[in-house]
Amino acid sequence: MSTLAIDKSGPTRNVKYGSMSRDRTWALRWSYFFLTLFAIFSLVPPLYMLITSLKGSAEISAATNPWWIYHPTLENYVQLLTSNQFLRFFWNSAWVSIIVVTITMLISVPAAFALARMKFWGSATLATGVFLTYLIPDTLLFIPLFKMFATIGDWTGIQLINRWYVLLFIYPTLTVPFCTWIMIGYFASIPKELDEAAIIDGASWFQTLTRIFIPVALPGLIAATIFAFTVSWAQFLYPLVFTTSTDQLVLPVGIITTLIKGDVFNWGQIMTGALLGAAPPLIIYAFLMDYYIAGLTAGATKG
Amino acid sequence: MADVTLRKVVKRYDDVEAVRGIDLDIADHEFVVLVGPSGCGKSTTLRMIAGLEDISDGDIMIGGDVVNDVPPKDRDIAMVFQNYALYPHMTVAENMSFGLRLKHYPKAEIKSRVAEAARMLDITELVDRKPKQLSGGQRQRVAMGRAIVRNPKVFLFDEPLSNLDAKLRVQMRIEIKKVHQKVRTTTVYVTHDQVEAMTLADRVVVMNHGRIEQIGTPNELYHHPATRFVASFIGSPAMNFLPCRLEDTAGQLSVRLTDRIAFPLPPQRAARYQAVPRTDKLLLGIRPEHVTESKPHVEPGVEPFDAVLDVTEPMGMETLVYSTLEGTQICGRVNPNAGARDGGPLRMAVDLNNMHLLNEVTGAVL
Repeated sequence: MSTLAIDKSGPTRNVKYGSMSRDRTWALRWSYFFLTLFAIFSLVPPLYMLITSLKGSAEISAATNPWWIYHPTLENYVQLLTSNQFLRFFWNSAWVSIIVVTITMLISVPAAFALARMKFWGSATLATGVFLTYLIPDTLLFIPLFKMFATIGDWTGIQLINRWYVLLFIYPTLTVPFCTWIMIGYFASIPKELDEAAIIDGASWFQTLTRIFIPVALPGLIAATIFAFTVSWAQFLYPLVFTTSTDQLVLPVGIITTLIKGDVFNWGQIMTGALLGAAPPLIIYAFLMDYYIAGLTAGATKG
Repeated sequence: MADVTLRKVVKRYDDVEAVRGIDLDIADHEFVVLVGPSGCGKSTTLRMIAGLEDISDGDIMIGGDVVNDVPPKDRDIAMVFQNYALYPHMTVAENMSFGLRLKHYPKAEIKSRVAEAARMLDITELVDRKPKQLSGGQRQRVAMGRAIVRNPKVFLFDEPLSNLDAKLRVQMRIEIKKVHQKVRTTTVYVTHDQVEAMTLADRVVVMNHGRIEQIGTPNELYHHPATRFVASFIGSPAMNFLPCRLEDTAGQLSVRLTDRIAFPLPPQRAARYQAVPRTDKLLLGIRPEHVTESKPHVEPGVEPFDAVLDVTEPMGMETLVYSTLEGTQICGRVNPNAGARDGGPLRMAVDLNNMHLLNEVTGAVL
């Protein structure tokens, strides 16, 4: 060892990045400004719901400060959670959403795999077609769909209208195209050598899908699942049209049909019901947010 | 283990012919390297052997059986990809055993095979890691391990070292050669790097524009190239090509480069080129190691000339010198002590005993 003292600190110099850092500071200030603005904008309605749900009906109609609770009460929550009707809506919603998510995944994952990887005649056109179907709004479709199910009922005697399970046929028309599209983007971002390696290793197409693609594309899969669940859970127009009996209703429709009687609005319970209804997606998002974002961005760049 | 045979194999994409009728016989245990510039069809050829691409015409045989319509998984081959293609959600051991597990091998055998391959590749302590925790060289070893455990008839390598840095590439090159010496599996290896091709191959297949230019051992290709393409592609720095024609001066055959410069040919070369028409446009091909500083004693066939050096590149054991000879750049390799400096003059000599003569129009070596 030599006895030379080596100065490991290196030359000292004030590092200034000049305009770069000033630009960045301003960009950050603007970002925070707009983010705060949008956060306030989107958080005010749920906050108002929460405040209102904790008030009695007398206080809601009283001309006091609407942003303050003078006599907090859980009466709305107790009434809803002990009402069989409300729990029924909740169950219907849960069942419909869970089954729709399952159906959607069973269809869209293999479909996306086929469209992304098995280059067959017309696969590219078909992939675009899948996306285009998603662009047709449900407001255009509900009348023809209603007519279709009515006709099926007339011809076969199988009555689907005003049954909660009719929604299991209808919701996938919304969820399958979008989920397929997300999954196509995600599968396309997986390097082609990976399935070639699997094929050479002796995997069939199905094994390549189940043992390589699904595990590798798990974030995308979870994103698609969350999306399908949210769409099914929040769907309003279709259940409003296709179901009418109170025991067949799902949550969003149930709340407005049973809690609005003529021109009497039971605001406290409406807000409470909406808040409770928003809870499951919120909980799911909170837990799977990272996956959801990873999945969406991958789909975005490669779609 | 098996031999691989290609008979008039053609690959057409719509209107482009990527591979234009290739004939190739690869013997059992042989290590064959397909080399050529990008777009020459070498990778396509390899992928056709693997079964990842359909062949448009011709036959491919592995172990004597025509496999044209056999799916990749039934060809009993293993492939190593440029980007490793490791399954990111599996550990090293799971990656290596994936093929065996699909074929339902007994657990004990899978375990022993993986352990053996890991030992051979010196990755035993990595078997429980995921690919993303490995360095590039380690990933490449795992990819090779995945091929070895399968004990296939043929190994296929598709530019496996291109993603590694220069130092690691040399190291892995030796590693691949060692593995081949141990397992002796027939190997087809694709690369665009002629050094890799020369160092690894029993035989090198030089490809260009979808055709085979020449097949031969590394030494054959280097010393006896068949075409201008092979002559310029193999060897670094590349062979010099100087426009010239043949001339009879005072009963002796010489090669005339310019009005001022002509070199008399040594007798054995003169005999060889006697029949070449004197009017043909020719190229004198000479490797840089045969363009050196002039030695004090005159050797037969070594002709001196004066050069002004444009650029010198000291490499340590030698110095590369570049000068311009009547408009054509010529590269030579000289002793570092020969006094070569940028812009300086140097008395140089060209060793015509090792010259090549090419037809400028056809590119054929005469």
